[in-house]
Amino acid sequence: MFATRKLTAAVALAFVAGAAQAQVSDGVVKIGVLNDMSSLYADIAGPGSVIAARMALEDFMKTSKSKLKVEIISADHQNKPDVGSSIARQWYDVDKVDMIADVPTSSVALAISQVTKDKGKAFVASGPATSDLTGKACSPNTVHWTYDTWMLANGTGSAIVKTGGKSWFFLTSDYAFGHALERDTEAVVLKNGGKVLGKVRHPLNAQDFSSFLLQAQASKAQVIGLANAGGDTINSIKQAAEFGIVKGGQSLAGMLVFISDIHGLGLNTAQGLIFTETFYWDLNDQTRAWTKRFVAQSNGKYPTMVQAGVYSGVLHYLKAVEAGKTDDGTKVVAQMKKMPTDDPLFGKGSIRADGRKMHNAYLVEVKKPNESKGPYDYYKVRATIPADQAFRPEKDGGCSLVK
Amino acid sequence: MTEIFGIPTAALFGQLLIGLINGSFYALLSLGLAVIFGLLNIINFTHGAQYMLGAFCAYLLLTKAGLGYWWALLIAPIVVGVFGMLIERTMLKQLYKLDHLYGLLLTFGLGLIIEGVFRNEFGSSGQPYPIPQLLTGGHNLGFMFLPTYRGWVIVASLIVCLGTWFIIEKTKLGAYLRAATENPQLVQAFGVNVPRMITLTYGFGVALAAFAGVMAGPIYQVSPQMGSNLIIVVFAVVVIGGMGSIMGSIVTGFALGIAEGLTKVFYPEASNTVIFIIMALVLIVKPAGLFGTQK
Repeated sequence: MFATRKLTAAVALAFVAGAAQAQVSDGVVKIGVLNDMSSLYADIAGPGSVIAARMALEDFMKTSKSKLKVEIISADHQNKPDVGSSIARQWYDVDKVDMIADVPTSSVALAISQVTKDKGKAFVASGPATSDLTGKACSPNTVHWTYDTWMLANGTGSAIVKTGGKSWFFLTSDYAFGHALERDTEAVVLKNGGKVLGKVRHPLNAQDFSSFLLQAQASKAQVIGLANAGGDTINSIKQAAEFGIVKGGQSLAGMLVFISDIHGLGLNTAQGLIFTETFYWDLNDQTRAWTKRFVAQSNGKYPTMVQAGVYSGVLHYLKAVEAGKTDDGTKVVAQMKKMPTDDPLFGKGSIRADGRKMHNAYLVEVKKPNESKGPYDYYKVRATIPADQAFRPEKDGGCSLVK
Repeated sequence: MTEIFGIPTAALFGQLLIGLINGSFYALLSLGLAVIFGLLNIINFTHGAQYMLGAFCAYLLLTKAGLGYWWALLIAPIVVGVFGMLIERTMLKQLYKLDHLYGLLLTFGLGLIIEGVFRNEFGSSGQPYPIPQLLTGGHNLGFMFLPTYRGWVIVASLIVCLGTWFIIEKTKLGAYLRAATENPQLVQAFGVNVPRMITLTYGFGVALAAFAGVMAGPIYQVSPQMGSNLIIVVFAVVVIGGMGSIMGSIVTGFALGIAEGLTKVFYPEASNTVIFIIMALVLIVKPAGLFGTQK
């Protein structure tokens, strides 16, 4: 008898809850953080992105007093598009996931963006780099959050060409990301009067770069542009030092460098590198306070811009679900574009029709070992690039959503 | 300047030398695998993790105990070797009578666990390890700039590889070892403690991996996944050389390093698949591998 009564109560409760959240499918907003948990990009995104997503949920609940039920899950896509898209399909079809966040590795992100569009869900991409996500492959269900190859090329590339680095040789990671970064950087170099002497494409996760570096050395280019990321960038820079490339007068341009890479290299090897980021933990009081909370949960690792982007993206997504009273992917993304963004890490910003999130970028230089005062005190901010100059003009991307 | 297939010969020499350096690592690692497989019949998939442990051991010795590269080269193989013997005594020993597959599964699982623990502790970007003072700098060979440390890698690896080959193929101890794998009962009847010999052999194979790990530290990042990146290639080397053949693994290790180096010049995109293409071709023509004998 008791059991039946309990059951009736539960059913009644479910109806009440259902009425309160009429538009939220199955009563729960489910967010899946999908990234590289175990290989060369795991420090850039990995478990740190899951921490960031949880912090976003915590802060959203605290400030909004929302009644939404939100669940966060995560998985490892192993940097393989096929693995990534099959997880995404299972999440959307079976596990009732409403939004996928992060997804570093451009090739995987392009696949996820397509799956998300087919299923009418939402994709907040913090990890991937390729500017095609808001260009020819743009989607009404995808927001590209943190950075992209056009922004990196424009920020870092033009700064280097303007200080005299006119001839370039590219070391390019052989997949969608590397190709996009090389293409966008080459365009910037040529536009500023420089020239490209050659390029070599290496497999993802290549370990040994000596062979490629020798080819770069032989090219006699002034600048060796590293169109790769994570462990590949670290090993390229480290081995370039070993082969006396910088001593020989050539300079290295890390087109995509994260703070975790600098930490892995050590300031001795990394000092003087110039590159572009959209987040640095030591920018202002708000970023420092947030970082303190993050570090307490991350085994002492400081946040990368990708992890910061996951926080900011998930926060804005939840605000949009609350405001639009729906978790229908297409509608939420439209709502996200309608609302201005505001969070402690990236400040005030907006999302364009093509899905590009707009915020400032920073040209940073790595400090010398004697300039660094504490843990992760690695950057000097050389210039702030305002959002409208940092990212590709909307009309140039070729996105079909831009009228 | 003379050219071969459009590549200047000077550049080609440089690439050959680089190939030889990478081949040194393949040879060192595949040698350990060959020793373990040849004498224990265990397919040691923990080898990559043990190589990584060697590098981390060196890193920890440097940062926690202040002991430099040369000490690490001595201590790390011993520490990791003892750890290996512990695994052999407590776990692998139970599996000798079973199918190869069980040993493979156990060692593969162990490798994943060790790697996971280190990734959790140290992250995936890895830790820097400096080149020892004595071996910094480099020489201009005319056709390329050879970092001193890379030269040392070739020399050290050749000494260790040939030394191992000599012990196993040419000494009395080696004869015991080989006899023990052929017929353990008979060797035991002569008063040789076979189980202990097997434990020591496994420890030695593992120590070789750790040695290679210390050698790799200054070149690559000391990172948890450094072993898993290499292990598949090394297994291909062992298969091409002939499972269990000592000389086979040494020669194939160096030769494939060169083949890979040349691919990086002519068609870099294929540089991580070329070894498997060679493996497929060799297996079609000689299923037991280049130096293996059909049992």
